[in-house]
Amino acid sequence: MDYIFSAADLSAIWLTIKLATVVTVILLLVGMPLAWWLSQTRSWWKGPVCAVVALPIILPPTVIGFYLLVAMGPDGPLGVFMQTMGWGLLPFTFAGLVVASVFYSLPFVVQPLQNAFEAVPERALETAATLRASSLDIFFSVMLPLSKPGILTATVLGFAHTVGEFGVVLMIGGNIPDQTRVVSVQIYDHVEAMEYARSHGLSAAMVVFAFVALLALYTINPTGRRK
Amino acid sequence: MIHARFDLAYPGFLLHTDIQLPMHGITALFGPSGSGKTTLLRCIAGLERAAGMLRIQGEVWQEGTNFLPVYRRRLGYVFQESNLFTHLSVRDNLEYGWRRTPAKQRNVKLEQVVEWLGLSEILDRSDTAGLSGGERQRVAIGRALLTSPRLLLMDEPLSALDYASKQDILPYLERLHRELDIPVVYVSHSLEEVTRLADHLVLLEQGGVIANGTLGNTLARLDLPIAHLDDASAVIDTRVAAHDEAYQLTRLDFNGGNLWVSKIERVAGESARVRVLARDVSIATMVPQGSSISNVLAASINAICDEGPEKVNVLLSIGDHTLLSRITRRSRDQLGLVQGMEVFAQVKSVALMA
Repeated sequence: MDYIFSAADLSAIWLTIKLATVVTVILLLVGMPLAWWLSQTRSWWKGPVCAVVALPIILPPTVIGFYLLVAMGPDGPLGVFMQTMGWGLLPFTFAGLVVASVFYSLPFVVQPLQNAFEAVPERALETAATLRASSLDIFFSVMLPLSKPGILTATVLGFAHTVGEFGVVLMIGGNIPDQTRVVSVQIYDHVEAMEYARSHGLSAAMVVFAFVALLALYTINPTGRRK
Repeated sequence: MIHARFDLAYPGFLLHTDIQLPMHGITALFGPSGSGKTTLLRCIAGLERAAGMLRIQGEVWQEGTNFLPVYRRRLGYVFQESNLFTHLSVRDNLEYGWRRTPAKQRNVKLEQVVEWLGLSEILDRSDTAGLSGGERQRVAIGRALLTSPRLLLMDEPLSALDYASKQDILPYLERLHRELDIPVVYVSHSLEEVTRLADHLVLLEQGGVIANGTLGNTLARLDLPIAHLDDASAVIDTRVAAHDEAYQLTRLDFNGGNLWVSKIERVAGESARVRVLARDVSIATMVPQGSSISNVLAASINAICDEGPEKVNVLLSIGDHTLLSRITRRSRDQLGLVQGMEVFAQVKSVALMA
């Protein structure tokens, strides 16, 4: 009898973990300053920026994928930029997947971070300023430690959501083994080929992963009434 | 000297001040809620950005477009709530500002603050939320002091505390006042706190300053709203003169007379501030005979002002000091009290403040 996962399956799993890790790290690095700015600003730009960040929540993945393809294509702004730098085009590469996933998972990282930052009392920040802390110092010494649950939530959601995407990945990355064929695409292939046993193995693994991720979330942030 | 000129407009609120405050002792900003006292304090700290100018001993903190950010001002700020950092232990809270103060500016040590504020027992607690209100506020005061401020700003630091915690913390504030040479600007809406702690008094009303002077002089002005308060009062700074062990009393001397109070635990020569409520002072034209009131002071009438339909406020001079007396209009007429008259002030009760 075969093992539950074929070599191709394992490769897809490994690729998925790699993608999700890289994307989560980038999202935290990009999302923290963005969320900090959103939590502190009174600028007119706050509304529009929030709306743009939240777009992937309601747009179909095909729309995001389509515009990203256009942008990354030889004549798109991103494509032109990549070519000028001599880096080659992004579609159907791992790097392209990373860029697409960062856009697609952005709200799932920025929103929990922004909520956490906004929940830190204004007074705590003012107190720190009167204790000689500069803005950046306040961010690291007060804001981050007091937002720990929100940061964990953002990390888990960013990672899990990247693992779970399919549409954007298929449109940007296609189906290249070891390059862009992640678990969700691999399952799709198995089903197409009517290899239901293999589909079961990977799908069950995904269900278990999703459950564990969500369980972790609700353990970090218990819902319902407190006190 | 602190020179502060601020203009700030919010919907329904206008702050307009141009005042000079002393750089020694405790200056109280006193007024009803909405009078702008906290806003003025926040402007001095730089937490609120008003148009205007601020100089501390000639050092510019704000002028024109120059605005020294809060974290670069050598000030300590104690808020109404202690605002302890919940992710830090008591010790880390205390050291938060200390670490960020340049070494050559530091003139206060952790051990000193711990000793002054009685924090040794809670120093290693990590659950700041489990401390009592008074303990938390003492940590907040210590934390501010450890930045070696040139100026300490306190925004009603006692108002969030219950009576017991207040009584617990007041002696520490008085001790800081006596032993530390840091000027304090103190926002309060409690006349009792002000008379107990302040040397200098600024009265605010609707965003403007209506009086600015020493505590004694300002309390002795009949034209100000504080003279109309039910607990209008005067303070006298006295010295402990002698104790009467048999009757358990202490005599307090001041230039103009003396007062007997319940025995206090201080040695002769120590200072003692007493507060006398206007309603506890009655007036006699002759030395009263057969009275249980033992504190009788020779005084002259400085001014008389109507106070409501049936009362008058009488300002009395006793030596260098002043007392307020609130009596009925009928008593004034029956005794024929007029400005300049020599009378006797009977003091029914004296509260020891500090």
